[in-house]
Amino acid sequence: MKKIQLSLLPKLLSAIAAKKALYLPVDGKAGADYKRYEEGDTLSRACRTNRSAKDFFFPQVEDMAAFRVEGKKIEIIDTRKENEDFVIFGVRACDVRSFDILDRVFLADPVDTFYENRRQHATVVSLACDAPEETCFCRQFDILAEDPAGDVAAWIVGDEMYFKAKTEKGKKLLSSLDVLLADGDSAPVEKEKKHLEAIQHKLPISEFNKEHFKPEDLMEHFNDPAWAELSEACLGCGTCTFVCPTCQCFDIRDFKTNDGVLRYRCWDSCMYSDFTKMAAENPRHTQLERFRQRFMHKLVYYPANNDGIYGCVGCGRCLAKCPISMNIVKVVKKIGGKKA
Amino acid sequence: MQKMMQDRARELLSSGKVDRVLGWIEGDFVYDVTPHVFRENDIDQLIYHSFASQNLSKYLVGETKKDGVIAVFLRPCDSYSFVQLLKEHRFDREKVYAIAIPCLGKVDAEDLRAMGIRGITGVTDGKERIILHTLYGDVEKEKSEVIAERCRKCRGVHAPYFDERLGEELTKEPLTDRFEMVEKLEKMTAEERFAFWQDELSRCIRCNACRNVCPACTCEKCVFDNAASGIENKAPASSFEEQNFHIIRAFHVAGRCTDCGQCSRVCPQGIPLHLLNRKFIKDINSCYGEYRAGADLEEKAPLNRFDVDDCEPGDVVGKGE
Repeated sequence: MKKIQLSLLPKLLSAIAAKKALYLPVDGKAGADYKRYEEGDTLSRACRTNRSAKDFFFPQVEDMAAFRVEGKKIEIIDTRKENEDFVIFGVRACDVRSFDILDRVFLADPVDTFYENRRQHATVVSLACDAPEETCFCRQFDILAEDPAGDVAAWIVGDEMYFKAKTEKGKKLLSSLDVLLADGDSAPVEKEKKHLEAIQHKLPISEFNKEHFKPEDLMEHFNDPAWAELSEACLGCGTCTFVCPTCQCFDIRDFKTNDGVLRYRCWDSCMYSDFTKMAAENPRHTQLERFRQRFMHKLVYYPANNDGIYGCVGCGRCLAKCPISMNIVKVVKKIGGKKA
Repeated sequence: MQKMMQDRARELLSSGKVDRVLGWIEGDFVYDVTPHVFRENDIDQLIYHSFASQNLSKYLVGETKKDGVIAVFLRPCDSYSFVQLLKEHRFDREKVYAIAIPCLGKVDAEDLRAMGIRGITGVTDGKERIILHTLYGDVEKEKSEVIAERCRKCRGVHAPYFDERLGEELTKEPLTDRFEMVEKLEKMTAEERFAFWQDELSRCIRCNACRNVCPACTCEKCVFDNAASGIENKAPASSFEEQNFHIIRAFHVAGRCTDCGQCSRVCPQGIPLHLLNRKFIKDINSCYGEYRAGADLEEKAPLNRFDVDDCEPGDVVGKGE
């Protein structure tokens, strides 16, 4: 365990930024968001950022290839760049779990090399939650907000910040900062963890009966008449999917340039009318079907393919951001709760 | 008011005058409100308080395609969108029973959070004051301190095209001059203004919430969703493209925007999108005389008619440099 006085945190951040690209949540005009560290930036204490941390590995838009056409000759240009090493500082437990969920998609065979490259270059410093919002429900997915995963876990206790390396990458990062860090006793952190856990148990969203979402019940949930009522007011915007740390659907598009084509991918949203539309047919004609897809994916399809792990981390962004306040908690209560 | 609305809705449903009622339902939190189509079995769950923020009129486009008559509750701002939609023949008036209800101004949970009011569990509304019950005790505030920006300019008067009124008409003086910020932007240099919008729009994630909630955006297929349009895209390729989307949208709703402010309410990134629309409203007012979209069913909109005396906009507001 290592520690530093909070007053010295700017020094620590500068030291990290001197060696690697550093990103951290910073308070902005309308809530906190990650940004590249510049001298003078201070770490936001907000419990969540507007956008999730998935952007670091799975950005909203990225180029995949370019094609240059000259007469009958087509040249394929690899647009991939080797990423620089970077550190994400202050990621909350829910967002750290989202990386595992994305890994299971993008690092499964065939590996997504764009994603893999970013993952390899990243060191994640997580931060325990001291002031969860009432919309937080990560514990329902067995995520411990008081003891986050990551390469290094951090806790703010009083006027000190404690660090514990959890991986080789994490150890390397901490040892490179050795001159600034003092040895810390684990007792204050253990005490803080207990305190933070107690807060977690007080959060209002605790009745979350997700056990019913078993793969064998797939058709029963799929055909549940409640989807009609739940999706009735959905506007079909992409807010929930874009602020979601685990939504991973993307589209690949070609952009015609003067002398060829630029192929890029961008986030897609199952809420959009042309989601997975193919040349011949759109498999989901109505908002009900698209709405159902989002929640079935998180609660049934994903766990069925991934050792029972749910595709939601309980960050509460969709609860806070949906224009009509429809969200996964309401869905679970209506769809899953009946067999109890 | 809530009780009155429930009773009236129940009456309308049991008398067979309407088949469905469009209102608001609460979720896990008092601010967790969703528009909902009620029938007799769940009408006692209809709520109405400071967090019933969503406008309902746009849902009529879809709802009137179904069989039967639907009752809808219209707050003053929503009543203008209702008329505007009607004017554009976007829904079947015969299938709607419109009930005007008063509004004391809405409060957004995100705004309260920014003010440090968290863990909200309940609300007691008064005319001047609001009590927010939270996990950490009650917080009492002057309504004027906490109501949303879009409500600060409200005059509380309905557009007169509803079927009945519940409760009293609450006329009020706007708390702010709605063009104040527009004027500030107009006074900026072109560079400053560009920097202002660059900063705001760079946060856009192109989730389309502003478009999809907008009662003036009811195209069956938006040009940005239409693969045949050539400009369809799901993500901004550049910050320029982002501005393009918002500017095209603002132009398209010019003269039809009722200034309901829902675009800014729903933006997950807190972009003050209503300022673009207000600039258009201000310019239309100064070029063609006061005009309010949705106030009159018959009156032709300034941008839809031509008079030989019409001004040259460039002469009035100046030409861009």
